[in-house]
Amino acid sequence: MAVKFVMKDEQVKELKERIAEHKQKPGPLMPTLHDAQRIFGCIPVQVQKLIAEELGESVAKINGVVTFYSHFSIEPKGQHIIGVCLGTACYVRGSQQILDAISGELKIKAGETTEDGLFTLEATRCIGACGLAPVFTIDGKVYGSANPTVARKALEEYLQK
Amino acid sequence: MADLVKLTINGKEVEVPSSYTVMDAAYKLGIDIPRLCFLKGINETSACRVCVVEIQQGPRTMIKNSCTVKVADGMVVRTNTERVHRAVKLNLQLLAANHKFECWRCPREHNCEFLALLRKYDIDNVMGESKWFSKKAPITNFSDAFVLDSSKCILCGRCISACQKLAGTGVLDFNRRGFVTFVSSALNHEIEDSGCIYCGKCIQACPVGALREKDDLDKVEELLESDNYTVVQMAPAVRAALGEEFGYPMGTNVEAQMYEALEKLGFDDVTDVNFGADVTIMEEGTEFLERLGKFLKGEEVVLPMFTSCSPGWIRYIETYYPEFLPNLSTTKSPQQIQGALTKHYYADKIGVDKKNIKVVSVMPCIAKKFEAKRPEMEYDGIRDVDVVITTRELARLIKRHDIKFTELKGTTPNSPIAKYTGAGVIFGATGGVMEAALRTVYAKLEGKELSDPDILDVRGVDNGIKEATIKVKGLDVNVAVVHGAVNIPEMMRRIKEGKKQYHFVEFMACTGGCVNGGGQPIVNAKVQDETDVRIERAKALYSLDKANKIRVSHENPVVKELYKEFLETPCGHKSHHLLHTSYTKREEYSK
Repeated sequence: MAVKFVMKDEQVKELKERIAEHKQKPGPLMPTLHDAQRIFGCIPVQVQKLIAEELGESVAKINGVVTFYSHFSIEPKGQHIIGVCLGTACYVRGSQQILDAISGELKIKAGETTEDGLFTLEATRCIGACGLAPVFTIDGKVYGSANPTVARKALEEYLQK
Repeated sequence: MADLVKLTINGKEVEVPSSYTVMDAAYKLGIDIPRLCFLKGINETSACRVCVVEIQQGPRTMIKNSCTVKVADGMVVRTNTERVHRAVKLNLQLLAANHKFECWRCPREHNCEFLALLRKYDIDNVMGESKWFSKKAPITNFSDAFVLDSSKCILCGRCISACQKLAGTGVLDFNRRGFVTFVSSALNHEIEDSGCIYCGKCIQACPVGALREKDDLDKVEELLESDNYTVVQMAPAVRAALGEEFGYPMGTNVEAQMYEALEKLGFDDVTDVNFGADVTIMEEGTEFLERLGKFLKGEEVVLPMFTSCSPGWIRYIETYYPEFLPNLSTTKSPQQIQGALTKHYYADKIGVDKKNIKVVSVMPCIAKKFEAKRPEMEYDGIRDVDVVITTRELARLIKRHDIKFTELKGTTPNSPIAKYTGAGVIFGATGGVMEAALRTVYAKLEGKELSDPDILDVRGVDNGIKEATIKVKGLDVNVAVVHGAVNIPEMMRRIKEGKKQYHFVEFMACTGGCVNGGGQPIVNAKVQDETDVRIERAKALYSLDKANKIRVSHENPVVKELYKEFLETPCGHKSHHLLHTSYTKREEYSK
């Protein structure tokens, strides 16, 4: 629980506006959840309750969908999201060492967020860049043919920013 | 006229309406198909795959689930082939892998639908012993009334559907996916704070023992062994269902045996909440007359008045419609009234210090466990009711003590506060509270009794909302009866709409009323399809009403005596302290 979650008024206002739009069409839940994830960075129970009230569904049902898809998260994520691919091709070319290196550097395990809220480390499935294996990503930017040194250097760049 | 289609099942031809499923058609032929997740009208999701059959379509024979596949003309179905048998066995093995077997301490041991299937198909738990399939750490969720234990859950989804379709609350749902899926409130948030009303429809829907009441039998055993003066009291609906746990047909009234069994268990005194129900009518009826009187004078008053006997309904209104709390009658429920009177009135009569009296309540309901623990349910530091157990728990207690229930001759309790009228006993069925109240309200206003005490308009289970108009003193009193929490929003809409001035509305959280409460014996899904539990059990109560010489609460001689020598007047000073309560607005997911 590195980052405390607080809903800001303007975020709530934006989500409510989006929900009002989505309600015009059938199946408003999925687009609403995508917006909520974008606006708040995560969908904890507080946000689920808001969505439940607006859509007239139960909190448990909203949560069922949120926890079903890995795209949505319950806990706040860090400012930068690091994904290390543990797909077959990357794994055999040593992506586990990259994950271990980043994990050691940031002192967090896969799935966790640093205390300062700067980084979230995720172990991902194949991201479809097997030709560049092993790969990792930071905020969607792909680092190919990587190794622990490349990873450490990339982290340093972000730390200096 | 529905279209009819002809199909063949196991070589037998049958003609059924085209709306039938293959399972329906097989049942019509008397062919048994195993089933687990299927609960007619409630859960038809084809999740468990235990009901598979072989269906021949053209050159191909396919294995399909019979619970949702519709019949078609010329269909050829086989339920008894080797291939079907293998498929059912495999599916049961996979389900068994997800289940924690501790049947000896499971409350469903004697009527577990899953265990029955495992026995029938002689299943080896091969996969349960493999580390790849066996279940990970269990998820549990406890409260004072309710226990959820995911280690027994087989993810059939029956509880989820029951919560949505019967209670309308949708408290339970699947969390996460794949191997780590579990059923609970969102993120397993504590159930007390998840909008749950403790109606227990999920418990009745569960085919295994993953959901159950919080077991309080140890507390009862402790009290029975202590030096306290133990008084047991039971709700009207208990006597209409307890017999089912001992093999009696549904709807058998086992009142006399129940009394005797309770004496044999060692309770010092046996009383009856039916008496408390009679007192409830005096208080609630008077409260209604006061409100109606003000209304007729044109004074400002909150109407319609709502009944307050069903603790599930109380939790519902507190959570979902707090703006209507002023409409609620302040009269406590019969359970609490009976408890309070036992300690503050009856104790003196029998010469026992009220501090040494412990009241055990047997209820068809798990919400009653919560109700008894509400902070306001006490007077002078003495709790109204000490322990609440369900009908199911009582049956377990009787079995544990080796009492041969079916061999009991039956007794009648000596206690005066076990004397009840026909009006008190029908509280256990939907419409019962309203009917009992109207009998008294009519008599008070008209100065004479109703010519026919049976008010049929408020009985029955066909409609979730029943409306009736009773002519009293030239006034049309509009009443409504709502049962099943899922119907409450519609009633609230009608009230808010204001097209009709309702005066008095009865609410019960369970469909059919207390006879179908969450603490009653659990009825196998297939039996639920074939019989209407609510009607069968209610019959027992209505025949007790009919057989009673006194059918109106205000003529109960003990009630009269109670007011004469103790309470003085209904809704008076003493009643206010002992028999009336207050309510709190609640919010789900607030902690």
